[in-house]
Amino acid sequence: MTGRVITITSGKGGVGKTTATANLGVALAQLGHKVVTIDADVGLRNLDLVMGLENRIVYDLVDVIEGRCKLRQAMIRDKRLEGLYLLPAAQTRDKTAVSPSDMVLICDELRSESDYILIDSPAGIERGFRNAIAPADEVIILTNPEVSSVRDSDRIIGLLEADEKAAPSLIVNRIKPEMVEKGEMLAIGDVLDVLMIKLIGIVPEDEQVLISTNRGLPAALANGSQAGQAFRNIARRIGGEEVPFLSLERERGLRGWLKRAVGSR
Amino acid sequence: MMGLLERLFRRGKVNSRQIAKDRLQMVLIHDRSDLSPGMLDMIRDEIIALIGERVPINREGVVFTLEQDGRESRLVADIPLAPRKR
Repeated sequence: MTGRVITITSGKGGVGKTTATANLGVALAQLGHKVVTIDADVGLRNLDLVMGLENRIVYDLVDVIEGRCKLRQAMIRDKRLEGLYLLPAAQTRDKTAVSPSDMVLICDELRSESDYILIDSPAGIERGFRNAIAPADEVIILTNPEVSSVRDSDRIIGLLEADEKAAPSLIVNRIKPEMVEKGEMLAIGDVLDVLMIKLIGIVPEDEQVLISTNRGLPAALANGSQAGQAFRNIARRIGGEEVPFLSLERERGLRGWLKRAVGSR
Repeated sequence: MMGLLERLFRRGKVNSRQIAKDRLQMVLIHDRSDLSPGMLDMIRDEIIALIGERVPINREGVVFTLEQDGRESRLVADIPLAPRKR
């Protein structure tokens, strides 16, 4: 196996990186892949809680780096889903306990025994972000249809360009179609016009995400949630499948957005 | 009926979606080029002064814009020359 390392990042905090990482991990594992999610937010770990694995942590990322355990010992297997593992962050240390080359080494070791390694990047553009993108083969930028989030995403795109990383792809998270239709929220096409990167997913605002996070069961685990379906679609696109985007509005509307995105200057 | 009334009231008022997009496009031009609006004004004044020393220009007609070409920005100066006085 030569696993692909995919980092999920956003610049701005609170746009849904951790939720997206948990759900994409679940969705990729549901497709039969072996997936390791890594929480790179050292000092503010949360991926364990969102995935519902917080009670199973013995060792963490920093224990591995500092040689207190083997990588395999720190990986928590999700008992609900075959093939899904979590490498948790340390909670009582800070970002300087990890270096970009530590992350590269760990991911190189994981690559040989997994299909996907998903890294949940911390917010910001400092050390934690650098750690998260250092081993990435691909970067997914998560943005909300909101000015500050889009601006921060643009900054991240610029930093990735300067780093000569492959062009990132974009997930627009927490879109409210009814607000877009009223002209009171940026549409997908608007965000694409501004950021000019490839779209890989559209996730609608969905109360089920909070409810499932409360329970520690990522929304993608169960049917019946629009956001969960959106993440399952993204997982298939990551695997190279052509999956039509969710029609959040009338088909015409969504196509209209995408057309405007392509047609405008 | 509601929809019609709403549309009537909204007419002439630019919606916040468009405002957000326009503001983003403006701010990102400056972010990407690391050129603040104030700095752009300074450069503009210096260029006008420099060219104005050599050749008469129509200062009112000068237009400076930052244009976008994909993810790259381009500084465009349009400097009309003043008609030659005989």
